[in-house]
Amino acid sequence: MKNKLLLALAALTLAAVFNGCGSASSDNSLVVLNYGKYVDPDVLDAFEEETGITVQYEEYESPEEMYTKYKAGSIDYDLICTSDYMIQKLIEEDEVIPMNFDNIPGVENLDKSYFEFSRAFDPENKYSMPYFFGTVGILYNTTMVDASEVDTWDVLWDEKYSGQIIMENSVRDSFMVPLKRLGYSLNATDENQLNEALDMLIEQKPMVYAYFVDESEDEMVAGNAAMALVYSGEAAAAQTFNDDLDYAVPKEGSNMWIDSWFMPKTCKNQENAEKFLDFLCREDMAMKNFEYVYYATPNTAVFNALDEETQQDTTIFPPKEVLDNCEVLDCLDSDAITLYNDLWKKLKSD
Amino acid sequence: MVKKSIERIYLILIFLFLYLPIAVLIVLSFNNSKSRVSWGGFTFDWYMKLFQSDRIMNAFYTTIFITLVSAVISTIIGTLAAIGISAMKKKGKAIMLGATNIPLLNADIVTGISLMLLFVKFTKLGMSTVLLAHITFNIPYVILNVLPKLNGLSPNTYEAALDLGATPLYAFYKIVWPDIRPGVFSGFLMAVTMSLDDFSITYFTKGAGINTLSTMIYTELRKGIKPEMYALSTILFLIALILLLLMNYRSRENKQTVHIERK
Amino acid sequence: MNKFRKLFAGPYIVWVIGFTVLPILMILYYAFTNADGALTLQNVTAIAEPIHFKALLLSLRLALECTVICLLLSYPLAMILNGLKIKKQSFVVFIFVLPMWMNFMLRILAWQMLLSNNGIINSILQTLGFGGIQILNTPTAVVFGMVYDFLPFMILPIYNSMVKIRKDVIEAARDLGANNGIVFFRIIVPLTMPGVISGIIMVFVPALTSFVISDLLGGGKVLLIGNVIEQSFIKGMNWNLGSGLSIVLMIFVIASMAFMNSHSKETEGAAVW
Repeated sequence: MKNKLLLALAALTLAAVFNGCGSASSDNSLVVLNYGKYVDPDVLDAFEEETGITVQYEEYESPEEMYTKYKAGSIDYDLICTSDYMIQKLIEEDEVIPMNFDNIPGVENLDKSYFEFSRAFDPENKYSMPYFFGTVGILYNTTMVDASEVDTWDVLWDEKYSGQIIMENSVRDSFMVPLKRLGYSLNATDENQLNEALDMLIEQKPMVYAYFVDESEDEMVAGNAAMALVYSGEAAAAQTFNDDLDYAVPKEGSNMWIDSWFMPKTCKNQENAEKFLDFLCREDMAMKNFEYVYYATPNTAVFNALDEETQQDTTIFPPKEVLDNCEVLDCLDSDAITLYNDLWKKLKSD
Repeated sequence: MVKKSIERIYLILIFLFLYLPIAVLIVLSFNNSKSRVSWGGFTFDWYMKLFQSDRIMNAFYTTIFITLVSAVISTIIGTLAAIGISAMKKKGKAIMLGATNIPLLNADIVTGISLMLLFVKFTKLGMSTVLLAHITFNIPYVILNVLPKLNGLSPNTYEAALDLGATPLYAFYKIVWPDIRPGVFSGFLMAVTMSLDDFSITYFTKGAGINTLSTMIYTELRKGIKPEMYALSTILFLIALILLLLMNYRSRENKQTVHIERK
Repeated sequence: MNKFRKLFAGPYIVWVIGFTVLPILMILYYAFTNADGALTLQNVTAIAEPIHFKALLLSLRLALECTVICLLLSYPLAMILNGLKIKKQSFVVFIFVLPMWMNFMLRILAWQMLLSNNGIINSILQTLGFGGIQILNTPTAVVFGMVYDFLPFMILPIYNSMVKIRKDVIEAARDLGANNGIVFFRIIVPLTMPGVISGIIMVFVPALTSFVISDLLGGGKVLLIGNVIEQSFIKGMNWNLGSGLSIVLMIFVIASMAFMNSHSKETEGAAVW
């Protein structure tokens, strides 16, 4: 009895070994690193099916985490998607290789004006291809919070909502709020200004329900909190699940961001990476992704195909006056990064 | 009488504490609604979809692959090591046992990180690094299960068999093996359990696109778990239930206790 | 003959050197150098910085609370179980091991749902007319999760050592006039000490070093030393600091083990039960 069991296990193991080798040794692959929940899994499946390329897909939570993963050098990534300031940092560190847009015909679908925006971090539009953009603002539950209150960041410090506030579990986004509330730039590096901001965040901490990233959407849909600091797309997605939710960008201004694709120096499958980018630009796939992530897409083919109601949804597509009031995050020098990180740890351990 | 009922209530509360979350997960696996907060009726859909989801099935195969391969390899190396260690003098034994205890006592996070530092220095992270890491923390469980069985074994019988003309292999199979077999078997089971359950060490040593069920759940936790995951864990739980019931039944036959140890 | 048998340990010795000793040397190397590779003590002494020290203290506090609660819950439970006179010990073991076969993060997630503001437990409390409880995303919730996850590791060793106590010892004591109190404190407690000690170690060590539970139930507000280490590797890109703090953590684990072991003479391999 025992021997038979062992024999069966051995057979199973052997079968597993062969299986494992078969799937591991295909070199027609593409190693992609992306934010969590940022590509419809069906798109990945469709890409693998159409091209026969195996996608090794990895996810991360914050740009800082992406930077560490990439810099650790333990995995050779072919294609990475991240935010504006982090791309600027990597370009400055000479870690990015130029893109050959001739091999990505689908790029025609992208609105040129977003390439203009991208010049803020990629001045020659040489290294990056825009993917989605949006704002940071307050997602609130209209049964608990009045729309008139959320036109200012002050509402996140309102005692009334103690234990009902969700903040963003990421350094730059969290510091953006008090900096803007104080009337400073969200790229402040002045130690006094940052300390002021830290004091404000420490004052707020007891009222905070939690610091989340991707969880905020679910928690708001479930009605577990009154307000959450979120990215616009999360807000739009949450609204489809719960009609009580609404989104606002306070008048003090906020952060406008563009997430883009780039090829890092470790890229070994450039051709596959180009194929993948082209695939993402294709109208049907871009539409699938848009419906999955709900951020503003620079893809005009998709935009034109949307119904009027969605086109005019200000949560998804921020109106011009909101964008004018917003700043783009700059990359900071290493001293400033250390300072931000230290202040962040101080807040967390307080 | 009063004492009896207090004891009963206490037992029931502890069982509720242990099994309530499992009940919740099983219920959710039949919930016909993607939201985890509302009940949308009974469905088997998630069980159907589970087998169609390449990503989940891939993570499942990876988990099984790593678990079984690492358990088999560590059982072989560990059993040999136990035989070798039992033949050592006191000092050698102490050193080897000390080294064996390191992965058991170290925090998972430290073991995982130290292995990651090593792998990153010399190679790229991938499936094989996870496998090496799992074998590393599995071997001690095998050794600690086999060694006690060897200590009770008189070396004279084995040598007598050799004197009577048995080949070493034959003598081993006829004399040593029957005595250590239960230890090898429970060591193997331990290795399987530990591998299946591991998160931290896999998390630090895995390469791109490689996910075991644990690491997959960890990334999904933030984004909202897919209900298919509840279905899969319900199935795994039921398999474990059946396996353990069988083992329990067997252990009564053999009067053999299965040692369960802690990572 | 023995010489030949010793050779069997060969592959394992190679393995230990390659994958146990070498990795620890790597950690030591990173811990005592800075980003430029120069020798420094900075990463280890960093534990004294207020932010790290606070995290360490919090970890120690929560691990201690968790261990004490586990002990208080387990001891009476082991006595009750022992009193039930279940013929098959393995059945008891089985009941407490079974939950471990369901992924622990999913089980913790289930607690998250049960405990959330609009969760099942609060709904029940509210329909019964009690106020709701809000423990999610607090240190209390983290302790709760740890107790839940580690309780079996306390119950089983205590139960095992209690079952081993021979009935005639207790009867002999009674014949000699001992009352319940004396039997409990002079016989049961000392004889279950080894079980208690290994239980404490097996709960305290993982509780001290865990980072996943505080991640899941702390809502980003509870920073344990495990989280600090994990973040300095995953987010902060400061491997030297992470390694330095890992060394400190390792020392704390070894110290607490040594402390516990010195208080018991007959623990047979603390990690085994």
